[in-house]
Amino acid sequence: MNSSVGIVKAQRATFDTTLTFKSGAVLPRYELMYETYGTLNADKSNAILICHALSGHHHVAGYYADDTKNIGWWDNMVGPGKPIDTLKFFVIGLNNLGGCHGSTGPSSIDPSTGKPYGSSFPVVTVEDWVNAQARLADQLGIQRFAAIVGGSLGGMQAMQWALAYPDRVAHVLAIATAPHLTAQNIAFNDVARSAILTDPEFHGGDFYQHGVVPTRGLRLARMLGHITYLSDDAMADKFGRELRHGKLNFSYDIEFQIESYLRYQGDKFAAYFDANTYLLMTKALDYFDPARELDGDLNRAFAAAKAKFLVVSFTTDWRFSPARSHEIVHALLHNRRDVSYAEVTSDHGHDSFLMEDTQYIAVMRNYLDGVAREISK
Amino acid sequence: MNASIIQSRPDFAAIAAWIPEGSAVLDLGCGDGSLLRYLRETRKVVGYGVEISDANVATCIANGVNVIQNDLESGLADFEDDAFDSVILSQTLQATKHTEALMKEILRVGREGIVSFPNFGYWKNRMQVLCGNMPISTDMPYQWYDTPNVHLCTLHDFEDLCATHEVSILARHVMTEGNDVNVLPNLLGSMAVYRVKRAG
Repeated sequence: MNSSVGIVKAQRATFDTTLTFKSGAVLPRYELMYETYGTLNADKSNAILICHALSGHHHVAGYYADDTKNIGWWDNMVGPGKPIDTLKFFVIGLNNLGGCHGSTGPSSIDPSTGKPYGSSFPVVTVEDWVNAQARLADQLGIQRFAAIVGGSLGGMQAMQWALAYPDRVAHVLAIATAPHLTAQNIAFNDVARSAILTDPEFHGGDFYQHGVVPTRGLRLARMLGHITYLSDDAMADKFGRELRHGKLNFSYDIEFQIESYLRYQGDKFAAYFDANTYLLMTKALDYFDPARELDGDLNRAFAAAKAKFLVVSFTTDWRFSPARSHEIVHALLHNRRDVSYAEVTSDHGHDSFLMEDTQYIAVMRNYLDGVAREISK
Repeated sequence: MNASIIQSRPDFAAIAAWIPEGSAVLDLGCGDGSLLRYLRETRKVVGYGVEISDANVATCIANGVNVIQNDLESGLADFEDDAFDSVILSQTLQATKHTEALMKEILRVGREGIVSFPNFGYWKNRMQVLCGNMPISTDMPYQWYDTPNVHLCTLHDFEDLCATHEVSILARHVMTEGNDVNVLPNLLGSMAVYRVKRAG
């Protein structure tokens, strides 16, 4: 498990053709940051696309020559001999449109004004992302992916691929995800957004020109999100009621360890993440609902899919619970698609999909070994 | 691989004989997926398994068998009415807690059910009980204290259940050590496979 793809280099793809968003907004030109690992085979049939979740990006595995401590966010899953095996597959990670890691997003300069897009950047949907990803695939000469893999919001993109481009993906690995968010989930996102939107330094999304960053709002949003990504048990195990200084101080400073942890996570995130990107990502989550235009009938939505599916959930994930994965499985079974479903026992809540769990790794490895066998046939 | 599977699981061939080519099959408690794999290779079925064990789920996936990780005891909510031509419950009936409810679920999601189980009425089992011990055999290789089998039954018992629960028996195949048993099956058969459907 210790093998790494080693030194990697981020690349930039430029698109000079207009992209029309689901909202009707238009972007005449845009760029996407991406990285690739492994080698594309002669018939270009061994490509795997990794779709990232809320705070992810194109740096999925390996590290940079000038920043060796900056290890990719899914390095435990992607690499030589790892479940997403870079000796067998050509793996692509990208930063989605609207992101803040180099792809065109709210903090990028709008060439028509010479200023950052800010509030004028279009609200992006999962559908828009997948359309942009398809153009990246076109540019790389990949007609059909061996597999598209994603957890959480990334799982929604992987599913959307199967629905929008059924002939362009052979396998979908949808992990810790849902066919749409519940009201409770949208509610959490709205509180997170409110924290950002009401930060006086947000300036309606155009804070760049004011030389300020709405870190307070972003920090609160992340703190709230973080609570929901962990399980009650994991928090109890890790922090319990432990006090930072061993005694009560009768003040509003940090007293419990959990407070210290959450504030640290919030500060760390607010230091590098873009507030507008956070808003966009949560909106994309809220909007995703492939059954919306089909009277809520997910069975009909999945009739379009041709891919084989692996669906994975985690027992303590209450933000994208196993019941939500069952909805996906049910729709696939209704349409008699090939599907396997694994419910992994894990203590880590929604974050489990990024953790290294023996059963999770075994399921991913076994499934992808089968995908590799299919390619070599 | 087929030959060795048939040797180790004589009920597989009996089950396969009742599965039409190309039909949709659900295997409940599918283990490592070897029956589904066998049916896919010999009968070209579209098959899914249900399995609770982590190790078996991982092996099914390695075998390229569709598997849904779930507890049979909690019902078959993932599956719609009449979703399958055949629903198989192979050597699992005796280990289920909610046996009655499961039988109903099998015939809700399947047009037919195929159920195999060890016959508690087999004479060797009866002998062991007569001698004062719980039976241990190839089909029931457990001590009383570590057995997963909580609802053992005889052929008569199972047929009584069918009669009182509006289940029609379409066919029955009784075996001992892989050989067919046609005489005094409830006494001479160590294992039985039934093909059933909803009555009426």
